[in-house]
Amino acid sequence: MNTKILVRYGEIALKGKNRGQFEQQLLRNMKSAVSGSSTGITRLHGRFLVEGPAEKETFLIRQLQRVFGIVSLSPVTETALELEEIKTAAVRITKALPPGLKTFKVEARRSNKKFPLTSPELNSQLGAHLLHTFPGLEVRLQHPSFTLSVEIGYHSAFLYSENIAGPGGLPVRISGRALLLLSGGIDSPVAGWLSMKRGLAIEALHFHSFPFTSRKAEEKAVDLCRHLSLWGNRIPLHLMSITPVQKLLQSAVPSELRIIILRRIMIRLAEKLCNERKMKAIITGDNLGQVASQTLESLAVTEQASQMLILRPLIGMDKREIIRRAEAIDSYDISIRPHEDCCTLLVPKNPATKPKLEAVAEAEGCLDLSELLDEAYNTLETRTGNFIS
Amino acid sequence: MNEIYLDNSATTRPFPEIIDLMGRVQEETYGNPSSLHEKGVTAEQLLGKARRSLAPFFRDREKEIIFTSGGTEANNLAVIGTALRNCRRGKHLITSAVEHPSVLNCFRFLEGQGFRVSYIPVDKNGTLDLDKLERTVDEDTILVSIMHVNNEMGAVQPLQEIGPVIKKRTPDALLHVDAVQSLAKLPLAVDLWQADLVSCSAHKIHGPRGIGCLWIREGTLLQPLLYGGDQERGLRPGTENTPAIAGFGLIIRLMEEKLSKVEKSLMDLKLAFLEHLQDSGIHFFVNGPSPEKGAPHILNLSFPGLKAEVLLHSLEERGIYVSSGSACHSRRLEPSHVLTALGLEREKLDSALRFSFSVENTLAEVKEAAAVTAAAVRELAAFLKK
Repeated sequence: MNTKILVRYGEIALKGKNRGQFEQQLLRNMKSAVSGSSTGITRLHGRFLVEGPAEKETFLIRQLQRVFGIVSLSPVTETALELEEIKTAAVRITKALPPGLKTFKVEARRSNKKFPLTSPELNSQLGAHLLHTFPGLEVRLQHPSFTLSVEIGYHSAFLYSENIAGPGGLPVRISGRALLLLSGGIDSPVAGWLSMKRGLAIEALHFHSFPFTSRKAEEKAVDLCRHLSLWGNRIPLHLMSITPVQKLLQSAVPSELRIIILRRIMIRLAEKLCNERKMKAIITGDNLGQVASQTLESLAVTEQASQMLILRPLIGMDKREIIRRAEAIDSYDISIRPHEDCCTLLVPKNPATKPKLEAVAEAEGCLDLSELLDEAYNTLETRTGNFIS
Repeated sequence: MNEIYLDNSATTRPFPEIIDLMGRVQEETYGNPSSLHEKGVTAEQLLGKARRSLAPFFRDREKEIIFTSGGTEANNLAVIGTALRNCRRGKHLITSAVEHPSVLNCFRFLEGQGFRVSYIPVDKNGTLDLDKLERTVDEDTILVSIMHVNNEMGAVQPLQEIGPVIKKRTPDALLHVDAVQSLAKLPLAVDLWQADLVSCSAHKIHGPRGIGCLWIREGTLLQPLLYGGDQERGLRPGTENTPAIAGFGLIIRLMEEKLSKVEKSLMDLKLAFLEHLQDSGIHFFVNGPSPEKGAPHILNLSFPGLKAEVLLHSLEERGIYVSSGSACHSRRLEPSHVLTALGLEREKLDSALRFSFSVENTLAEVKEAAAVTAAAVRELAAFLKK
């Protein structure tokens, strides 16, 4: 026996002439999400039907719930366009529901206008049949305990009682490619996830400061990438050592400017990587006002270090909301593993909260910036292991 | 870059002979020792040979040796197995404050099962408080578990005094000794100690991991922790891990040979390392026993002002591998219970590194390691001062 899952995608159907491209990308992403499970995907009018072995249903649903662009899913029963068959299927579905559901309604939709019954007629005939078969049931149009949906297509009818929410958003890759600055903390994975949700394919850049941080902090970045990769693209992880930069800043710039200059250097390194790998934006987990380096002034001065577009998907979120989201996408447990990331070490006691670009530029002027950037850039290592397990 | 591995108390590099033997056993002697046919018989012969190799380290009685999956299982079987078996005789158990977690956590479990556990403190050298022990043993005491060599700072417990103190007060109380760190490094004087149970492990002496043994004095009764077939006299059922057991047997024979040939003893290496580090002029402290009195292969040092983990990674960058505290602790960011029991100040706790040596280390290596450590300490100290 095969299981059949009806997949709906709302937003992308609205996108006019891009629609074909969107559907193609969504189909590719769905295929890669369910690959290896003898699954077939067919395109119906405005939706997809995923078909696979019955024992894989839970797996398929979980995988599809991670494909951005999908609005909702329903495991369906497919029947021929015959009223008797539809009735039999309706009874079977109702029987399989958990006991104690007393009220219901039938919701029929007819995209095939050649079907002899109209939607209201189908509603009342099926409703009557169920009332007759299950004497304990009652029809209730407002807040029933279950809804039996029937969709009349051109070749067959679909019946279902479950509507499972998908992640929404746009298919990953449709919006292009961008570089996520991944620290290992709670915020940046959420920023990456939100970017992927809006159709970006991402790569990640993690700065480490070995020996001041442990190799285990890098493993955390690897695990976060592997985890985010479940949401639709294998995320290459780029690792760069920021230790030479930190060492130099420690001796060569005033302590209150160290963090802002460090961040400007990180942005320049990220820009360089973006240019090399043809990515169009840098994504950060910045959130307005959380710490000294995230005041409006600091963000502005950091941004002016590069020409690259910087996206900050968390800008409107409270810490509480970020944590809730991190928990929902299961990145939280990885993020809170106790390894210091490279920002928590060597933090001066009083970083400037309102740095002036002139003062920062002057301090940077005393450094051999291009040599420093090259030195850090040359430590680049890329890990593209098979993250999807 | 030369690698200098000074983390031999965490684990050791298996000798090539061991890897080779284990490969051959898996290829050729794959029979189940319980099988009646020739494949089973040859496999069973391997077990006998390994047991015969180990027996002389205890009382030369093969049947007193039970193979386990390692030191942790041997400790669990010894502590929980005797407590459960003897619980009708008494409910009081004694151990020290500086035991390995595989002993301490057994006692924590037993506390939850209604046993009373006394934890005997140690002095600043890591030596057990004998007076306190003597006052603590009572007629309700059924088991005392004291490690031979401490894994973090190398203190050697005076078991020759501990055993008689216990047995004089309560002859029926059993003595278990965790000898995971001392096998093939110090003599296991089971009769002088009046010990009843001794735990050992192979991977601390260049043997395979996943294999250890519990020596059980004849007549000592244990409740098994696992139930199944009658392998290992029913005390440790399950098809025997023949490749690892054969490897354990071979490594113990090889170590004997190696130890008789080494040019510098482990103690010589340790003292040479220490001397060179002292000569370099950097600031550090030795934790636990005075170096001549501690175990020959373990040295625990604190470098006040530095963070142990940072120095560890800095040494790693230069090819030198050491531990911060005990390997089992480094994932947690809390100070080690062993160093805390010594009464060390916070600054020493946070900057403690363990250097542990093996017969594979050379004098040249430890000299270089001392020089590199001094350089790393100097560089980090200069950097962190700003």
